[in-house]
Amino acid sequence: SLTTAMAASARLLFRGAGLKAYTANVNSGAQSSFGTTLLRLSPNCSSQTKTQIKHASHFTYHPDPVPTMYGPTTKMNLFQSVTSALDNTLASDPTAVIFGEDVAFGGVFRCTVGLRDKYGKDRVFNTPLCEQGIVGFGIGAAAAGATAIAEIQFADYIYPAFDQIVNEAAKYRYRSGNLFDCGNLTIRAPWGCVGHGSLYHSQSPEAFFAHCPGIKIVIPRGPVQCKGLLLSCIEDHNPCIFFEPKILYRAAVEQVPTEAYTIPLSQAEVLQEGSDVTLVAWGTQIHVLREVVSMAQEKLGVSCELIDLQTILPWDTETVCKSVAKTGRLLISHEAPVTGGFAAEISSTVQEECFLNLEAPITRVCGYDTPFPHIFEPFYIPDKWKCFEAVKRLISY
Amino acid sequence: MRRGWDEEGDSSSDDFSDTESDGNFPLVIPQDYLGLAFFSMLCCFWPLGIAAFYLSQKGALRQQPFDSSEEKPQFPGASAEFIDHLEFIQPNVISGIPVYRVMDRAGQIINPSEDPQLSKETVVNFYQKMTLLNTMDRILYESQRQGRISFYMTNYGEEGTHIGSAAALDSKDLVFGQYREAGVLMYRGFPLDLFMAQCYANADDLGKGRQMPVHYGSKDLNFITISSPLATQIPQAAGAAYAAKRENTNRAVICYFGEGAASEGDAHAGFNFSATLECPLIFFCRNNGYAISTPTNEQYRGDGIAARGPGYGMLSIRVDGNDVFAVYNATKEARRRAVAENQPFLIEAMTYRIGHHSTSDDSSAYRSVDEVNYWDKQDHPISRLRHYMTARSWWSEDNERSWRKQSRKTVMEAFEKAEKRHKPHLDLMFTDVYDEMTPNLIRQRESMWRHIQQYKDHYPLDAYAK
Repeated sequence: SLTTAMAASARLLFRGAGLKAYTANVNSGAQSSFGTTLLRLSPNCSSQTKTQIKHASHFTYHPDPVPTMYGPTTKMNLFQSVTSALDNTLASDPTAVIFGEDVAFGGVFRCTVGLRDKYGKDRVFNTPLCEQGIVGFGIGAAAAGATAIAEIQFADYIYPAFDQIVNEAAKYRYRSGNLFDCGNLTIRAPWGCVGHGSLYHSQSPEAFFAHCPGIKIVIPRGPVQCKGLLLSCIEDHNPCIFFEPKILYRAAVEQVPTEAYTIPLSQAEVLQEGSDVTLVAWGTQIHVLREVVSMAQEKLGVSCELIDLQTILPWDTETVCKSVAKTGRLLISHEAPVTGGFAAEISSTVQEECFLNLEAPITRVCGYDTPFPHIFEPFYIPDKWKCFEAVKRLISY
Repeated sequence: MRRGWDEEGDSSSDDFSDTESDGNFPLVIPQDYLGLAFFSMLCCFWPLGIAAFYLSQKGALRQQPFDSSEEKPQFPGASAEFIDHLEFIQPNVISGIPVYRVMDRAGQIINPSEDPQLSKETVVNFYQKMTLLNTMDRILYESQRQGRISFYMTNYGEEGTHIGSAAALDSKDLVFGQYREAGVLMYRGFPLDLFMAQCYANADDLGKGRQMPVHYGSKDLNFITISSPLATQIPQAAGAAYAAKRENTNRAVICYFGEGAASEGDAHAGFNFSATLECPLIFFCRNNGYAISTPTNEQYRGDGIAARGPGYGMLSIRVDGNDVFAVYNATKEARRRAVAENQPFLIEAMTYRIGHHSTSDDSSAYRSVDEVNYWDKQDHPISRLRHYMTARSWWSEDNERSWRKQSRKTVMEAFEKAEKRHKPHLDLMFTDVYDEMTPNLIRQRESMWRHIQQYKDHYPLDAYAK
């Protein structure tokens, strides 16, 4: 824009002139420079204390191979793959609109950057701060024929919209005898642990919604999956909730097709074949388990079959049961608390279908039954060591 | 600091919290054009300075110029003047927003210029629809008492709000209701057979027997299927109106709710969204004095629902809901302006719920018979309209007698027919959860049939379609 150009030229001017003018920093103001000075002058403060050292990530990101069947690809991280999906949608569907808190300037995670400029303020717009309003509005727009893409700023804040999602969106088609539906509605929300998110920026609420017939719940593991699954959700004629692992927004980078493509819903993907243990997860946890697969092979000589569930509801029971019938052992892992978590549903169904195939009890490696803690996060999450230990126990049962 | 992207581009889009910005620069460029202009001129960079100055003036209308030399609040959050003495604003609850009416309680026009001067045919139709609704209500209420249907809600006393507002809309306008708006559907031509089919949950029910009675819906008549949770339709109506605005087909949306539902968070959400997002929407509140047993003085402390409208920046009016012409006039004008100006309107129709909340309620537990009788006898929308018609010799005693007989007959015919019909096929329990049946539901359906086959004597299979 013109202002950016003007600001850039002004910057250029000052660099060239070697001026070091003082202007009050409009963002931080006087208080911030005061604070910095104070810290520098204090004899007890070292520049970097133990607690300040940033913890390494609990996983290593494993990118998908470059897809070849969807046309040309370009490097994208996860939030860019979301933008790309939304860009494709707004381009091809004139009824599509994107709305939520702060989406207009690009979103707090930059998922909607550039879209308002490109498609107009009537199509990409901010709403007041009200999740029940955002989802209710989305339901109405969808029922009236528009493709409605609602953003909830963090999955942790989706609960005010619970009534609208469960009592309205999920039941719209059924209760009207198929006269009306809100299949055009997709709800997106950042999801999962992020290293420092604590109680209200780390939650994985899929289990609350899994108990609700009529909606679909989808969680991608990386950019290629994200774009394809998001486009499937948008196209799908049922209201969908799409949870985006926020820790992967920048960390996950892959070659992603620039054109639109879809990845089918309710089809779990076997990422690695194995013969001894079936591992099931979704989202970020897939990358944790990838490492567990290698560890199990190297240290225990155990061959693991890794399945990415992708769609939580309706979930692909066939793929999981077929795998457990082969291996006889199942480990399910998610960050959400273990009691009533989605692993419980998978476990229950699998023991019904594969009881006689099981060589060991089904194991769940999940978060503890506490709210998601801040400083204790490294100890809370189901990391690779906990999963590795669980594999060990499964094998030696 | 975040500013919305704006098509006029009058605010700087530099985001200083951007962690990917190139390098750390010690100097902060003024974010507004005017500041940039002075800054540039100070540095003798004239082209930049002049351009910035020009743009600062152009953008002045949208962007508030911050000028502390002016004795006026500069806050972005409100446009106001300063005041130097402490004064709380008194909410006006003694003499609130006045009630607009066209007819007095005896059906006489008060201000002739407000008479919509509708044709005899139109007015007779109003009357017949209100009375047909009343007749259907009596028969279906009674049928629940006799155990023929499971539940019912009557509309006694509120017929004027339904017919007056429905008549003022276009047939393609989308209607979101709560549960006490059957007259709107009746006015639009929903056949008695389908009302009955829904209440009996028989095989003719458009809703496929899935919901309790009075949860009507009609795609053809643009009436969104009713759901039990209160006020959920309010933000939905805002979304539908926004979609209608984008379609640009001169379509409005109306959203009905009671004064009790207006206390829900969803109501606040819907009002705020519709005003902020400029939706062509009419909010129609039926203030009938009670939410089950809760009277209005336990529902709110302010001046009803109409007084909340201005708080959202919404044009609002209070009308006599028992005056079908007042309801008609207000709705008609609100609809015209909502579509022309893309803004929501709030109509609070004052009325009285003469009947019980539902067949599960006995209102003598919380209100006097005298109170109910007053409204039934002294201020009823049906009798007020009848007086208007008889004063013009549009409706005689003979008309009344023969219409009563005819409407009762047609309702009874539909009723008897609905009672005899089968219930929907059992497979319909499993469809429409999603657009297509999932493998899981197919398995569950098969499991159900296997079970039914084995235990068929214990299930009322004969009542259901084969």
